Amino acid sequence: MSDVILKVEHISKQYRLGLVGTGTLSHDLKRWLYKIRGKDDPYLKVGDTNDRSKTAESDYVWAIKDINFEVKRGEVLGIIGKNGAGKSTLLKILSRVTSPTTGQIKTKGRIASLLEVGTGFHPELTGKENIYLNGAILGMTKTEIKAKEQEIVEFSGCQRYIDTPVKRYSSGMRVRLAFAVAAFLEPDILVVDEVLAVGDAEFQKKAVGKMQDISRGDGRTVLFVSHNMAAVKSLCTRAIVLEHGKVAYNGSTQDAVSFYLSDGNREIIDNLLERKDRKGIGDFLFKGISILNEANEKHLNLLSGELYRFRIEFSTKKTIIDAKIRARFIDSKGQIRFLLNNYFIDTVTLNLEKTDKGIVEYTIEKLPLPNGNYTIQLTCFSENGLEDDLENTVDFNLIGGDFFNSGREQFSKEGVLVEHKFKVLK
Amino acid sequence: MLSNKEDEWLYTISAKRKLIDFNFKEIWRYRDLLFLFVKRDIVTLYKQTILGPLWYLIQPLFTSIIFTLIFNNLGQIQTGSVPPFLFNLAGITAWNYFRDCLNNTSSTFTKNQNIFGKVYFPRVILPMSITISNLLKFGIQFLIFIGFFVYYSVIGFELSINSNIILFPIYIVIMAMLGLGLGMIFSSLTTKYRDLTVLLTFAVQLLMYVSAVPYPMSEAKAKFPPLVARIVEYNPLTQIMEGFRYMLLDIGEFNLARFLYTFCISLFIFLLGLVIFNRTEKTFIDTV
Repeated sequence: MSDVILKVEHISKQYRLGLVGTGTLSHDLKRWLYKIRGKDDPYLKVGDTNDRSKTAESDYVWAIKDINFEVKRGEVLGIIGKNGAGKSTLLKILSRVTSPTTGQIKTKGRIASLLEVGTGFHPELTGKENIYLNGAILGMTKTEIKAKEQEIVEFSGCQRYIDTPVKRYSSGMRVRLAFAVAAFLEPDILVVDEVLAVGDAEFQKKAVGKMQDISRGDGRTVLFVSHNMAAVKSLCTRAIVLEHGKVAYNGSTQDAVSFYLSDGNREIIDNLLERKDRKGIGDFLFKGISILNEANEKHLNLLSGELYRFRIEFSTKKTIIDAKIRARFIDSKGQIRFLLNNYFIDTVTLNLEKTDKGIVEYTIEKLPLPNGNYTIQLTCFSENGLEDDLENTVDFNLIGGDFFNSGREQFSKEGVLVEHKFKVLK
Repeated sequence: MLSNKEDEWLYTISAKRKLIDFNFKEIWRYRDLLFLFVKRDIVTLYKQTILGPLWYLIQPLFTSIIFTLIFNNLGQIQTGSVPPFLFNLAGITAWNYFRDCLNNTSSTFTKNQNIFGKVYFPRVILPMSITISNLLKFGIQFLIFIGFFVYYSVIGFELSINSNIILFPIYIVIMAMLGLGLGMIFSSLTTKYRDLTVLLTFAVQLLMYVSAVPYPMSEAKAKFPPLVARIVEYNPLTQIMEGFRYMLLDIGEFNLARFLYTFCISLFIFLLGLVIFNRTEKTFIDTV
């Protein structure tokens, strides 16, 4: 298939930083003066690249700069990137909410966006009236909506309240109804931004299923923006990674996801020797720790259910008899989720020679942590007692994954994930 | 399905814009949305009120009563053979339509930024829907005018409409164009600089007094200083008010040149509004 349905050429978008005030008026006047003399906008030449963490040198910033890509009919393109990488700006331009500063987008199909569901709901109107209004805002005609009204109501699961004003709805019901309307849109190109993060577990399941239907079954072209790597992996056929407003990677979903996950975390934590907040005798000292995936790439954004190696570097001043190296996995609330200890699994005692470059490694074949932020506390005991103890050695995030291989999103944030089986006996 | 030919693009999104690129086909495609917006505006306006649509009637009635008390009883403004109350009611009904079109459309961008920020549809649908829903409101208010017209005829006033009544729809169009055009200009300008929102509310108030709403043009000519009289005379809104009362109550006079002048000014403001609106809608979300 070489049928390109959407072509994005040199798209850039410049934003002004700071407040709109009297100063803006002078810029506007200058811009206008240049324009009537037939010159280019003087402010187009300035502008920093989009890096949220750096202090701005100019009043203008390029939210996205020189973006190029093509989408073929029937493709599901994932767009991934960190916060502020320019994803939403790109989607806004694609859905014609705002226009680009330079460049152009050519399309052969109608684009409809699901930037945020429930846009244009009027609280005083009933559920049914809002279905029509919202559908029309999203670009459906009245006849199209009428044909699908029944399905929409059923999908939302709000039959009982359909003639009640939406202001009486719970927020969850509102979202359900809104997503239901949007899910039955039939544009040539659908732009979806993080809608899967709404509703309760039952509805999320429904929503993911519907998304899969849209992309797989109907062969619709979808642009999908998400932080949920599991969803991106299961839905997309191809993905691009945005970094500081530029396309950093464009290729297969698998590669794009690993490119994204390894981004910015390539450095290893190797400065533990400098830490002063340690306890213990000190004959054994932790030097560094790194987390590697199956392909031995270093990561700090992990997926649950995947294999990870936790490589720990240390030095010893003399031979350590009966070393017990413990790694505690602690969540953002300070709770210990689980711990690793060679003493538990080894049948013989571990003695470590005097060394400057010792390395040990723990492997977890299926990381059982749900989404969240975690840190590892490293502790070493010897026959003499506590040798070394360091809290917060490495911070890492769990950002999705499919522990149970069910294709479903994880909902649990507590405890650890445990493999289990389920059977209906009667 | 579209054909597979290369370079056959449905549309292009780009930074360059034409002076007027008005996609009528697209607006037609969204006609249901226009209708639904009108319905929304009407249905929701007086929800959870006891009097409901009666509020449409109360406001012009009381304004007319106050005007009659102040301008005619206290201020001695002569309205000829026409009862002053009916005179004021005619002016206020027409003025209200213009004012509502202007006020409501002037906040199009700022009020709807949450919708505009997320979904694309031809932006001009919203001010259009406002003009149409206000037309319905005008219709209801016009009915009271007819009611009082009949009442005054029955109790013995000599009232007659003028053959100019055939121009009625044109006056409506002129008022709509003027209100919509000015509203679109204001709404576009307020996206970046909010100063104008402050200005607009009281400017509209003041505008009413130089638009010959509570007095006939003849009184203005006779009693105002010449400069003010001239401002009032060349104000297109004055011509609309005068023309409106001429065809409905047969007072004042009709001048074809003035009528054409008003029409042209309104058309110009409407087109100007469209152009400005069109230029703003593309990027207003970045500056609003």
